[in-house]
Amino acid sequence: MEYQWDFLSIVDNWNLLAIGLLGTFKIFIVTCVIGLSLGLLVGIGRYSRAWSIRLPAAVFVEFFRNTPVLIQIIWFYFALPILVPFEINAFTASVMGIALNTAAFSADIYRGGIQSIDRGQWDGGRAIGMSYLQTMRRVIIPQAIKRMLPPLTNRGIEVFKMSTLASIVAYAETIHQAKLISESYFNPIESFSVVALLFFVVLFPIVQVTYLLERRFGKSD
Amino acid sequence: MTEILRIENIHKNFGDLEVLKGIDLSVAEGETVVILGASGSGKSTLLRCTNFLEIPSSGKVFLRGDLIGEEDPTGSMGYQESDLTHVRQRMGMVFQQFNLFPHMTAIDNVMEALVTVLKQSRSDARRTAMDQLDSVGLADKADEYPARLSGGQMQRVAIARALAMSPDIMLFDEVTSALDPELVGEVLKTMRTLAEGGLTMLVVTHELGFAYHVADRVVFLHEGRIYEEGSPKNILTDPKKERTRDFVRGHLQFSIPSHGES
Repeated sequence: MEYQWDFLSIVDNWNLLAIGLLGTFKIFIVTCVIGLSLGLLVGIGRYSRAWSIRLPAAVFVEFFRNTPVLIQIIWFYFALPILVPFEINAFTASVMGIALNTAAFSADIYRGGIQSIDRGQWDGGRAIGMSYLQTMRRVIIPQAIKRMLPPLTNRGIEVFKMSTLASIVAYAETIHQAKLISESYFNPIESFSVVALLFFVVLFPIVQVTYLLERRFGKSD
Repeated sequence: MTEILRIENIHKNFGDLEVLKGIDLSVAEGETVVILGASGSGKSTLLRCTNFLEIPSSGKVFLRGDLIGEEDPTGSMGYQESDLTHVRQRMGMVFQQFNLFPHMTAIDNVMEALVTVLKQSRSDARRTAMDQLDSVGLADKADEYPARLSGGQMQRVAIARALAMSPDIMLFDEVTSALDPELVGEVLKTMRTLAEGGLTMLVVTHELGFAYHVADRVVFLHEGRIYEEGSPKNILTDPKKERTRDFVRGHLQFSIPSHGES
């Protein structure tokens, strides 16, 4: 028997996918904001002169970087409520898992970016009487950002795709919705292919914008 | 004459390596003191200890008679980072590798400390910065990024950046060593003009010609100690001690008048 392609039922249920895409965007945005800002704190912490800050920051990075996000989400959803006196919904559990992983990865991107700036730039800033923070803010960070942008973009794309892991706790993101459609119409190949296409359509333009930004930041070279 | 800088018994160790073994030095207002010495003799470390980019292991630094830092009862020195930041605002420093900020134009480099540190308005700072760039002959390069300037031009922007803070003293750390030979002259000329204009300068250099013609006093450093010290003429044409003689002889390719001349 020949395979009957069925894309029509997906088109008919576009509203289900739209809800899923909205869910994906929610996770993506909240996770990026939390993950990238927490990552900056942890990254600066890893650069600290005090070991009491440096050590916990390093442990945090290594733990969340080297354990699967999928397990973290499951753990936050099922295990954490046993230990704490409140419910954790699917959205919160997913955001926690993905955001902490993002923080761990971006912390190293920030740290690497800051460390890659020539020592002489610190000398230059300090020698004209700027404080540590002024030098960091005015001299080091603006140059480091230029170098951090490509790896941070990669992280962003990873986060967007990692949001699909939220389906494991039945959060209504795109994969979860595609699964609903495929279970009703028995067309998993088509449903999941459409999801892949949707992701490409969303991510490709975003990546183009970051290329533009990189060129803009690079104008002083 | 007023004493601007006094260094007393400065020591600096990096781990087991003792780089400075007790340096005493004083610089008077308007004086240009040149520090000579082979590489590894501690010249750069001495400058970096003077404005506390490196913290001396022991010893004292006085700026206009005021002791920098606090002495505890045991005689060792403690330093507050905020005090050191303030001290650096009063000592300009120019580096071998320029250390200009590559993401800022020439004028923004010169304005940076005026705006960020001294909280001047951008228009005031811009005026001061423009004057400084003009004085090093680079007013027409104000809006160029460092990457588009020659090494000599970059170094002159770096000098203008340090001068903009009207420092009590300027420290020059081998500022011509990274330059192509044909660009050395323009930077030395700028420094000579500054010295003749009465700027107080402490200069580490290998340019014996500059030392001979511009310095008021020459200090020869050897293995972390002041080995010989005197007028440029004495040190460069008639050194009394063996290491100084070796050093000067090794640099004869530079234009120093011989004994007979001058």
